[in-house]
Amino acid sequence: MNAHARTRAIAWPRRLVHVALIALALVFLVMFLVLPLATVFVEAFDQGVKPYLAAIVQPEALSAIRLTLLVAVIAVPLNLVFGVAAAWAMTRFAFRGKALLGAIIDLPFSVSPVVSGLVYVLLFGAQGWFGPWLDQHGIKIIFAVPGLVLATMFVTLPFVARELIPLMQAQGSEEEEAARVLGASAWQMFFRVTLPNIRWALLYGVLLCNARAMGEFGAVSVVSGHIRGLTTTMPLEVEMRYNEYDYVGAFAVASLLALLALLTLAVKTLLEWRYGDEIPRTRPVDTRKRHGT
Amino acid sequence: MRRRVLPGFGISLGYALTYLGLIVLLPLAALAWKATDIGFEGLVRLLSAPRTLAALRLSVGGALVSALINVVIGLLVSWVLVRYRFPGRRLFDALVDLPFALPTAVAGIALTTLYAPKGWLGRWLEPLGIHVAYTPLGVLVAMIFVGFPFVVRTLQPVLASLERDVEEAAESLGAQRWQTFFRVILPLLAPTLLTGFALALARAVGEYGSVIFIAGNMPRKSEIAPLLIVQKLEQFNYAGAAALGVALLSLSFVLLVLVAVLQRWSNRWTEQAA
Repeated sequence: MNAHARTRAIAWPRRLVHVALIALALVFLVMFLVLPLATVFVEAFDQGVKPYLAAIVQPEALSAIRLTLLVAVIAVPLNLVFGVAAAWAMTRFAFRGKALLGAIIDLPFSVSPVVSGLVYVLLFGAQGWFGPWLDQHGIKIIFAVPGLVLATMFVTLPFVARELIPLMQAQGSEEEEAARVLGASAWQMFFRVTLPNIRWALLYGVLLCNARAMGEFGAVSVVSGHIRGLTTTMPLEVEMRYNEYDYVGAFAVASLLALLALLTLAVKTLLEWRYGDEIPRTRPVDTRKRHGT
Repeated sequence: MRRRVLPGFGISLGYALTYLGLIVLLPLAALAWKATDIGFEGLVRLLSAPRTLAALRLSVGGALVSALINVVIGLLVSWVLVRYRFPGRRLFDALVDLPFALPTAVAGIALTTLYAPKGWLGRWLEPLGIHVAYTPLGVLVAMIFVGFPFVVRTLQPVLASLERDVEEAAESLGAQRWQTFFRVILPLLAPTLLTGFALALARAVGEYGSVIFIAGNMPRKSEIAPLLIVQKLEQFNYAGAAALGVALLSLSFVLLVLVAVLQRWSNRWTEQAA
């Protein structure tokens, strides 16, 4: 009773501070997050629905959508397999240099996107290490689809591994060991024990990986060469239309990417609410803690 | 013991290492190798050029300032999201990750439209003499946008697990609320704030897509280092582009190491105090 009375006595000035802080935070969130998002859709529909739809069904836009999907369909599964393999090795076995391996997996996150594209130009470009050899054999990587895929793979490499490593570390290997002792084959163990245990975290990682793969701009812009209809992904198409002052066209394609972002956020939030304990509060949490060093 | 029971050590580690080697290490080796092509003199000439210096200063300086601003705003937002209940809280919480999910090019053109003289925000700021679009201030705004989720997402779990008894102890000893915050809570959060700072910084230093639209890209004024790399590449100056890339990477690693040192120091300080 006494304590209750005390809380109420100090409640009103504190309440005022709470409201002020909430208001301040909301002003910032609206200004920095809601307004840019709203801008995309308002600008896209600036001239009405018809010009919007017309801008999307243009052949360049459609081929950009196809290319974006193609790049993601190749890059994401490759990084998924890598993520599972890396997480398995790092969380189930002891070996030297594990911390270093963890640091290298995270490396693409601290490399500028432009540099991520640049490195492949230096390898496979006309003046690059393998440039002359590729040229002789008529293989095009830079200014072609393989370059886009490689640059995207580089940028999105850490996502799946980063989700799985802390989770599998926390889960431990007892269930898998039990399965083995009871006579399960390696693949039986993987598909019946490991995979069901990590499925939501895996989906979560794939979701983030895919969002970045479809939205990557800097790295692909360096290796693309901006050949309309051939090497322009959706973000590059947005850039080209914007620079040509085709604002409705640019924001129309941008609105599709924004929808993808919203869908990603929705599924991500849903996964966090429903399977929160099976997803280590992923986020860009301190990597040093996550790799257990 | 474990090694004998669980299968797949060789194949999983071998695959991971091969993949990393081909996708990450070999390309980065090519970068370092190509950068040596311009030689020591060329490097000095490149790095002492006023245009290069200005671009590096903008990328690194802007990233530092934006990360600092994000620490303040991130602290406020995560505090509000963790401690208070209000309508729409979960929606805003989910929205915090928007800068991760929204492609940078989309963010770039949206921010530019927003802050252009006729934009929703620009039209209020221009009469006050605040020019955001096509100035270094615009670069800063874009960097704050992309770095924003890092501080909030690092801070949230720590704030949520912060024991209230420390605060209650401080208050029962007669501390004012603001004293409790600045002298008890803030020191406890310092290492986490530094982590968030480092993540936001690392992201902003190399940021390209969201910045180039709003920056206006005027040489020596609002031109960022990654754009300079792209320009060198377009002029087929591969060695120059590589050298600049190495310079940018080295700068951000030096900064991150400094933050790590600071963090270790603040950790020790917190532990001693506790």
